[in-house]
Amino acid sequence: MNSSAKNQKPRSQKNIQNFSSSKLPNFDICVVGGGPAGLEAGIVAKELGANIIIIDDNPVLGGQLIKQTHKFFGSKAHYCGVRGIDIAKILTDMVDELKIDILDNATVVGYYDDDTLGILRKDKLFQIKAKTYIFAAGASENMLVFENSDLPGVYGAGAVQTMMNVYGVVPGRRALVIGSGNIGLIVPYQLLQSGVEVAAIIEILDKVGGYYVHAAKIKRAGVPIYLKHTIIKAKGKDCVEAAVITQVGDKFECLEGTEKTIECDMILIAIGLSPLCELLYQAGCRIDYVPELGGNVPYHNESMMTSKSHIFVCGDLACIEEASTAMLEGKIAGAKAYEALYGENKKSKEIVEQANKELSMIRSSPFEQRILSGKEKLKA
Amino acid sequence: MDGYITEHPILEFKRGKKVKFCFEDKEIEGYEGLPIAAALHAAGIKVLSISERYSRPRGFFCAVGKCSSCLMEVDGNPNVMVCMEPLRQGIKVRKQKGKGQKQ
Amino acid sequence: MSTKPSDERRKKGAYIVIECPEKIPCDPCVDACPQGAISIPGSMIELPEIDYEKCTGCLVCIPRCPGLAIFVIDETPEDHSIVYIPYEMLPRPKKGDTAIGLDHVGKERCEVKITKVLDSRKFDRCAIVGFSVPKDLADEIRFIKFK
Repeated sequence: MNSSAKNQKPRSQKNIQNFSSSKLPNFDICVVGGGPAGLEAGIVAKELGANIIIIDDNPVLGGQLIKQTHKFFGSKAHYCGVRGIDIAKILTDMVDELKIDILDNATVVGYYDDDTLGILRKDKLFQIKAKTYIFAAGASENMLVFENSDLPGVYGAGAVQTMMNVYGVVPGRRALVIGSGNIGLIVPYQLLQSGVEVAAIIEILDKVGGYYVHAAKIKRAGVPIYLKHTIIKAKGKDCVEAAVITQVGDKFECLEGTEKTIECDMILIAIGLSPLCELLYQAGCRIDYVPELGGNVPYHNESMMTSKSHIFVCGDLACIEEASTAMLEGKIAGAKAYEALYGENKKSKEIVEQANKELSMIRSSPFEQRILSGKEKLKA
Repeated sequence: MDGYITEHPILEFKRGKKVKFCFEDKEIEGYEGLPIAAALHAAGIKVLSISERYSRPRGFFCAVGKCSSCLMEVDGNPNVMVCMEPLRQGIKVRKQKGKGQKQ
Repeated sequence: MSTKPSDERRKKGAYIVIECPEKIPCDPCVDACPQGAISIPGSMIELPEIDYEKCTGCLVCIPRCPGLAIFVIDETPEDHSIVYIPYEMLPRPKKGDTAIGLDHVGKERCEVKITKVLDSRKFDRCAIVGFSVPKDLADEIRFIKFK
């Protein structure tokens, strides 16, 4: 494991003993998900004085930050220029310092009628009840269907990033990347840093989806980005040995005669993420289909409150965006969940105002217009 | 064991002790505590299961315990998510066929 | 793309080039310059501006840009120019090595000779690598690779 993840200490011992008694411990706020959004939400709520617990299904906290080796954009006040792995350390250090209760290696498997959560940890089922919940469960990578897309070697781009940057294992020697959003641009650069060849990045649209600076880094290293291209099949018997790509026309139709075979043993799918809102469905929260925010997302207002007044959301679960905005929305969710229980105070108001100020600054970028229009749709 | 990154410009890897485990009756070495899937891929093994209906090879997809594409039989228990399950000395890992069978 | 300094300024010494054409929320370059030569007027999503009279070509801003978009060019040597780039790959080059110079789209354009490698702890695992290029390629070569 990479050293910043490996250096985290196991945190669950105390909690596990508590939960083995038949009496359920009660919390003010239970945060589901220990990534950037959930950790910020938990830190803020704890600092304000709430009795909280964070549940995460990984052995270490930090969510996807623990595999982000690049430096983040964002504001000075919010870790701009700091690598994701180092932000994870800053946040987890704060969690430890505040002595926040953590339940790690634990998957929340159900939201029950009496507002308790069912939690599976190492073949043991627990229940937790809290007055308020903050869901920050993140998102899962979207799959793309093409001939042989079930062959081993067709991986989520984030999956390969996890294998390589968290576990130090490269699952192939030469990659083709599908999609040129920021993940599709960052992961191939990180593959090069791990000594893996990148054959190409292909993008079905006529322009690169992610930031110019991310594209520039990978282009000048000699990786071509083929615009208006898509994959039509993977070749190989037991595993990927090559991919066939083709140019597409204005209606995204495959243009005959433009097929090209690319030798590769990995095909990385980087075409987007979908919020993990299963638990929110179960809790009876209103779910809206808003493509700009990533598909089916839980309805939430500016306080990050869902259609249920005791359930809040933040991070990729609320809308597929960036870690920096996930952390800011996490702060708002943490403060608002606290206010829902104890009322507004000077400090909670300040936290929300400051986070909103930074959010609106970040969202004034042309790249964020999509998110803004998605949030407008939610209001409607 | 050549799938392991030995040198990295940004990261440093701290690995557990080397342990031996079994994949389909073959003895393999890996680092304790890493997910079983990572140890298998480092050893060049990518096919983790065989699909139920058409017997097609399957590998992992998400590597973060979300998608169930990496289910294997570990010590006779089917449906173990090997992208999350840590490697231990002496475990027996087998390709799962379809829904798997409890031994 | 970033403006070019005057001919007179270019003769005087090294100067920075920021290839950051998009409005993204990011501003560490402003703090990175000890001379205060980089500014972002208004909101942080605006593009950075350079005061070439203040810029001393000191290189320290290079590893601070999260987008690896800051370069320094020195046109003062008579028969070649020097390009300084951020470099996050292994193995690190050494002074005196020769490498292949790649342009913005990764095309091999020339042979380059490494003239400087700064790899301090405070640069956070991003080295500054300087290399000589033919005069007419100083605006084009942005990366290096080894055979």
